[in-house]
Amino acid sequence: MGVEGIGARVARKEDKRFLIGKGRYTDDMTVPGMKYAVFVRSPHAHATIARIDATAAKAMPGVIDVLDGKQLLGDGIGNIICGWMIHSKDGSPMKMGAWRPLADKTVRYVGDAVAIVVADSVAEARDAAEAVVVDYEPLPVVTDPVDAMAEGQPQIHPEAQNNLIFDWELGDAAAVDRAIAGAAHVTELKIYNNRLSPNAMEPRATLGIYDAGDDHYTCYTTSQNPHLARLVMSAFYNVAPENKLRVIAPDVGGGFGSKIYIYPEEIVCLWASKRTGVPVKWTCDRTEAFLTDAHGRDHVSTVKMAFDANNRITALKVDTIANLGAYMSLFSSCVPTYLYATLLSGQYDIPAIHANVRTVYTNTAPVDAYRGAGRPEATYLLERTMETAARELGLSPAEIRRINFIRSFPHQTPVIMNYDAGDYETSLSAAMAAADWNGFATRRAEAERRGMKRGIGMSCYIEACGLAPSAAAGSLGAGVGLWESAEVRVNAVGTIEVMTGSHSHGQGHETTFAQLVAERFGVPIDSVNIVHGDTDKVQMGMGTYGSRSGAVGMSAVAKALDKVEVKAKKIAAHLMEADESDIVIENGELKVAGTDKAVPWFQMALAAYTAHNLPAGMEPGLKEGAFYDPANFTFPAGCYICEVEVDPETGQTKIVQFVAADDFGNIINPMIVEGQVHGGLAQGIGQALLEGVHYDESGQLLTASYMDYAMPRADDLPSFKVSTSNTPCPNNPLGVKGCGEAGAIGSPPALINAITDAIGNNTLTMPATPQKVWVAMHSSN
Amino acid sequence: MAKITMTVNGRDVSGVCDDRTLLVHFIRENLGLTGTHVGCDTAQCGACVIDLDGQSVKSCSILAAQAAGSSITTIEGLAQNGELHPVQAAFKEHHGLQCGFCTPGMVMTAVDMIRRHGSTLDEATVRAELEGNICRCTGYHNIVKAILAAAAEMGGARQAAE
Ligand code: FES
Ligand code: FES
Repeated sequence: MGVEGIGARVARKEDKRFLIGKGRYTDDMTVPGMKYAVFVRSPHAHATIARIDATAAKAMPGVIDVLDGKQLLGDGIGNIICGWMIHSKDGSPMKMGAWRPLADKTVRYVGDAVAIVVADSVAEARDAAEAVVVDYEPLPVVTDPVDAMAEGQPQIHPEAQNNLIFDWELGDAAAVDRAIAGAAHVTELKIYNNRLSPNAMEPRATLGIYDAGDDHYTCYTTSQNPHLARLVMSAFYNVAPENKLRVIAPDVGGGFGSKIYIYPEEIVCLWASKRTGVPVKWTCDRTEAFLTDAHGRDHVSTVKMAFDANNRITALKVDTIANLGAYMSLFSSCVPTYLYATLLSGQYDIPAIHANVRTVYTNTAPVDAYRGAGRPEATYLLERTMETAARELGLSPAEIRRINFIRSFPHQTPVIMNYDAGDYETSLSAAMAAADWNGFATRRAEAERRGMKRGIGMSCYIEACGLAPSAAAGSLGAGVGLWESAEVRVNAVGTIEVMTGSHSHGQGHETTFAQLVAERFGVPIDSVNIVHGDTDKVQMGMGTYGSRSGAVGMSAVAKALDKVEVKAKKIAAHLMEADESDIVIENGELKVAGTDKAVPWFQMALAAYTAHNLPAGMEPGLKEGAFYDPANFTFPAGCYICEVEVDPETGQTKIVQFVAADDFGNIINPMIVEGQVHGGLAQGIGQALLEGVHYDESGQLLTASYMDYAMPRADDLPSFKVSTSNTPCPNNPLGVKGCGEAGAIGSPPALINAITDAIGNNTLTMPATPQKVWVAMHSSN
Repeated sequence: MAKITMTVNGRDVSGVCDDRTLLVHFIRENLGLTGTHVGCDTAQCGACVIDLDGQSVKSCSILAAQAAGSSITTIEGLAQNGELHPVQAAFKEHHGLQCGFCTPGMVMTAVDMIRRHGSTLDEATVRAELEGNICRCTGYHNIVKAILAAAAEMGGARQAAE
């Protein structure tokens, strides 16, 4: 390992611009002639639109134009779609209702976009938006997914009878039922996974620019995957042909899944720019973000876990209802199916699993992937059940897990996944040691003397990162391939540009990707530039989500580096009249092994471009590209332990210790990996303790600002104790697994298990607010 | 419409804006200093924190016109002669930022905190005083670490100078 290579704690290259206020986020962009957009949004959760009258609004100061859904439809702009086809167990395809970027006849949730106002300033656009008269005829509303499936409830889309989108299953129902019938013990539980708002600190924004001279569109947008945005907007929404559309996602202020999807605003601003002849910028405010960013989670499940007389799990039966909101967002269908049910085996050897998943429309904002996506829901369900089972069976939380751990690899689960490598015992032991599990009884007794209730809880999670391979994903319904692309350009002076289809919105790619290059060629990381987020610069890509940048994105870079290395060695061998196979690259030089002959890296690069003296028949230049399609997912796993104190007077929970022991395979930059874990933990703890999206019965969002939605603040969190073990992933050239989501996946059950342990009541649901904890404490189990 | 003059990062500036324009928008739109961010509409997130006449304020909760005649420091005014301010350097050193969106507000808040507490800052105080700033990325762990490190360093430097 060099000081800047793989495994080094290199400070981030990108930090300087953020620290001095020179980051360039979408809302920071201005172009000549630019105007501002404000959307007219539905105040009703469900209504038909009788009439839209923009006459008064159009006459207001500064207003350029007001455009509505009829015009959009008239111009042939398509509906927003879900890109992953799921079939119900009866073989019928999922029931996708139409989602118009601007509603023309019906609105289906509060915040549904109805019209766009373009004006000289945001304030003028806002004034005019208020003057747009929309005659709504309100319809009955349903917000609860269980209610929504009942007869006689409001029908949200004509395509989906009883609002059921699909009724899907995975696994062997008969085998599971047999095992449950013959079980020595069955643990049953009802599990709620609360609905969350992702809340990237940078609100969504987009700037649409139509250039009539070139008949060309540019879209600046807060996106985690600009190439997919370009693909979908051109292939499906008819906004612009792919060769005439450039999508740029510059600095992006956090995503957590919420910026993967294509939203109405991007489509509408591009279209409005063409319509009005001016560049159109829209920036979301926080309330709009709460209303319209895709939410996460929102599952209701029942679970049965069967055990034999030796406390080994014999079967798991899960029934889940997932609320997908008013429309199917881009990946919404794969989250409660292939990202959730396939992880229900957890770290355990479970012979039979059956999951039934029903997804339902309600008059709420669309729900899609949020940090972890499906995996947090699976882990929460499984780890709450394990904890409950341990209590019922009289085992310790560690014992029940140890008895059931998978111990040989590869391991084929009954729900598709084939775990390639892992060592769950090591993470469990590391976490227990770091948490001083054995000393807990003493600490509890001490807390009791102070009148506090102390509890400890653990959770062992597994996740699947780097969705792959493309052919398998395609056979399961994915509408896209899940590879990644990279191009490595060595310049004539030896500096290097790496184009990647991954996208960084806080993960530090400009540093970690450069570390990979530094490791390979021994060049300083400052001579390496990472280029991403612009479809005109990078040919293709699939963006960043699901912890795929390391395992898939960097693997593509590594493959391109292989090709560069081969050619570089050929050039060096030619220059030194040596054999190609004798060339080694070290510390920025290409050397003939075992001699003192060497060519500096920059000299080799210069030779590639002067082309005065190249091997016969070799093309000048040094630039290589690669696409990488992984052979399998990667499977990070770990053990989290949380210790809490609950104040019996108030129900207030204080986290006194949080330990995370993760296995992420090989690690490129430990500092960045730890930071990813910290951030994930904060979001998971937020879910467990504070956060929750709430609608009232009429579909009004009650949590539409930071006054009402409790975001974790510094005082709500402890300093974390994190450590890693490193079982390399055998399926990618770097042996990396992915670390971005782990914290959010593993922490909620650990925390709820700890509170449950403290208060001796197992009925608690997330978020465990003081009031709920107090009530649980004072009621029977 | 109001014509406003003020000193920003040591420079006299002026601009014309609506009476209702918030200071944060004046700074971003009129002055082109986009380091100061807007993360919410309820004065809760702290992405817009600046220094106004020696006080740290949320620039989204004050009108530009109210700030006329005052002296302001934004995140762009912190680094001197190409050298990061010790708080900025500590954030970099301790990985106190990820997406960087909350960072300008965090750094401005931290500078103010350290000015008031010096090297006596402890973890509990830092966490309590970060109440007005939200970060969704870092879990605060490294932000707290960075602020404590900067406080120790700046406090130490001050003692040495005395
Ligand atoms: S923008 Fe000022 S506090 Fe959020
Ligand atoms: S670094 Fe992203 S919000 Fe703080």
